[in-house]
Amino acid sequence: MTTFEYAPAPESVRPQIRERYGLFIDGAWTAAHADRTFTTIDPATENRLAEVAYASPEDVDRAVRAARKAYDKYWRKIKPADRAKYLYRIARAITERSRELAVLETLDGGKPIKESRDFDIPASAAHFFYHAGWADKLEWAVRAGRTPEPIGVCGQIVPWNFPLLMAAWKIAPALACGNTVVLKPAETTPLTALALAQIVQEADLPPGVVNVLTGDGATGAALVAHAGVDKLAFTGSTEVGKTIARTIAGSGKRLTLELGGKAAHIVFADAPLDQAVEGVVNGIYFNQGHVCCAGSRLLVEERVHDEIVARLTERIATLRLGDPLDKNTDIGAINSRAQLEKIEELVRSGIAEGATLVQAPCTLPGRGFFFPASLFVNVHQSHRIAREEIFGPVLSVLTFRTPDEAVEKANNTPYGLSAGVWTDKGSKNMWVAQRLRAGVVWCNTYNQFDPSSPFGGYRESGFGREGGVHGLYEYMAG
Amino acid sequence: MITLVAPPVSLDAVMLEARATSLAKRSIKNDAKRAGIDLAIRCIDLTTLEGKDSPGRVRSLCAKARTPRPGYLDIPSVAAVCVYPNLVAVAKDALRESAVRVASVATAFPSGLSDIEVKLADTAAAIASGADEIDMVIDRGAFLSGDERKVFDEIAAVKRLCGPIHLKVILETGELGTYDNIRRASDLALEAGADVIKTSTGKVGTNATFPSALAMCEALRDYARRTGERRGLKVAGGIRTTKQAMTYLVIVKETLGDAWLTPELFRIGASSLLDDLLMQREKLDTGRYAGADYIPKD
Repeated sequence: MTTFEYAPAPESVRPQIRERYGLFIDGAWTAAHADRTFTTIDPATENRLAEVAYASPEDVDRAVRAARKAYDKYWRKIKPADRAKYLYRIARAITERSRELAVLETLDGGKPIKESRDFDIPASAAHFFYHAGWADKLEWAVRAGRTPEPIGVCGQIVPWNFPLLMAAWKIAPALACGNTVVLKPAETTPLTALALAQIVQEADLPPGVVNVLTGDGATGAALVAHAGVDKLAFTGSTEVGKTIARTIAGSGKRLTLELGGKAAHIVFADAPLDQAVEGVVNGIYFNQGHVCCAGSRLLVEERVHDEIVARLTERIATLRLGDPLDKNTDIGAINSRAQLEKIEELVRSGIAEGATLVQAPCTLPGRGFFFPASLFVNVHQSHRIAREEIFGPVLSVLTFRTPDEAVEKANNTPYGLSAGVWTDKGSKNMWVAQRLRAGVVWCNTYNQFDPSSPFGGYRESGFGREGGVHGLYEYMAG
Repeated sequence: MITLVAPPVSLDAVMLEARATSLAKRSIKNDAKRAGIDLAIRCIDLTTLEGKDSPGRVRSLCAKARTPRPGYLDIPSVAAVCVYPNLVAVAKDALRESAVRVASVATAFPSGLSDIEVKLADTAAAIASGADEIDMVIDRGAFLSGDERKVFDEIAAVKRLCGPIHLKVILETGELGTYDNIRRASDLALEAGADVIKTSTGKVGTNATFPSALAMCEALRDYARRTGERRGLKVAGGIRTTKQAMTYLVIVKETLGDAWLTPELFRIGASSLLDDLLMQREKLDTGRYAGADYIPKD
């Protein structure tokens, strides 16, 4: 008798990946200056996926000029309802090509197909649909008597953890408000941004309204420094965010930053423990922990610490790590070798500082970048693993005794992007949520997103909001 | 309230349902599906519980339970047939010299609204007719009005009467209203001596659902952790497709573990499900769907 073990269930669709990709500037595909390129790989196999154009400052200049021309010539002039039509068209195209885009996202970034299929791609489409609706209703987003005005050319730099979704978060509100865009996707995950450029082209947007420049940090720096950019939006590390803020100080450029986090996930003894454990697992192991709002610091009431740790230990043993294209994979590949090394370094520091490492028993594939679901117990506030963003599937477990202490420990971080609270007592939930200095506080749930709900941080997690009415403000003048 | 068992455990509906939905998305293909189908067949309580049930109908069902598809020797028998008490003797006779067990509903099925004496007499009659297993119902009215003592005592009394006979306790989750109640009723039933906790009678609007089964699995897991003893789960009502059956196997596997994937600890109460399992099995073997008329209906 055979046992009931899940057989491989790989996603069968294979997206078309071109051998080489150019830069998308002024509505057309062009080679980069001096024909420079770089390679993008599949982090699960380390296989080469495509050669991608590398944008130099010369290319940035071309793209910004194209965006300026498109802004002056078409985009600020067309009727808002027509802007909406283009955005609806993009949203529909994402929906129609969702399966292909999901596979592409998983291949290039390493995330499990179930996440790109059920979260990244539908949420990207939803963001375009939502902002399409706003395009001709912006008078209701500004204060009475004011007229909504666009800002101009937006330079937008997005990270590798949710490549298409972060591009959607940036592009959709910018276009809805009448701005034009130069988007710079992350070096390790350019492919879905390039697929989005194809969609933009097929949707017949006026040339130059959306430009996509692939490259690395130097490309981003050139975009930041370019005098023709009116507004910058950056999602990524706090370190780079600070550099950007310094670079543009005094230039008059507008800026929004969505940076790192070290979110507290607070579990009280009276919480529904099984569901809290599910929330904690989702909070830290979703997308291998490559999530700026990941609930990476678990604060548990001391009296349920052992119980929670036992349940978590049991639960992470059931997480399935492996081929990201397998529909049953829960933990996919770490996005890059550099990120894997960063995770490993921080985990070593945790052990050296005296914390106890608990890892899911699993075999890692022979190739590619993988790291097992992990948690640290005996962690103290002074440990690096309790303070620094690991950006990997590593949870630090700390304890508290009273609600006051929970709030104090939760806020004892330079970051302030998100937090979670689990308790069956509504009054306690609200009391704690009011006192947490974090842009998003999830009560008895975690990682809930909606285009209508603003997202953004306090303190070193950045400023400005994305999504909802608040997100629109960042793309309107005045 | 009398503290009969550990204090009530609270559940969060949003996250429980999200977890059940994510388990329902497991992709079960090829060898996994083949193993799952055969396991599901082995775990079926092939059921007929209608007012028009007759000896002839029960004999037909028993023939199918014993040999789901004549000529296909590798297809296992189901676990049991499940009938009303007065048809137990017929089923027992039809299933002699087979491993298929006979389960009988009892205790004023499906409402459970009779005096305990009547419920015990009902159970005793089923046992006297040869029932190997008893599927009792709890008094939901008593449970919802807060009389947990009554619910507990009735289960304990029926279990005393059953002795070694397998007792499944139907919670009728569709009438309990909240997952907290489902969990509480599960804990009560387990403490009172249920060998198996069962979701539904199949006689109300809402039958087994994935989140309610998940909540019950959590109760079973915690009970095993506390006492070291494994008790079983039966899901019933509205389970018609292979896909549903696979999801229940996934929920049990990922919440309780492989040790529970046996007819001793997991049952599916169903009637037409068997036909779909047989069709899907043939599809796996031949690459084609058999016409529905190639599958014997009974």
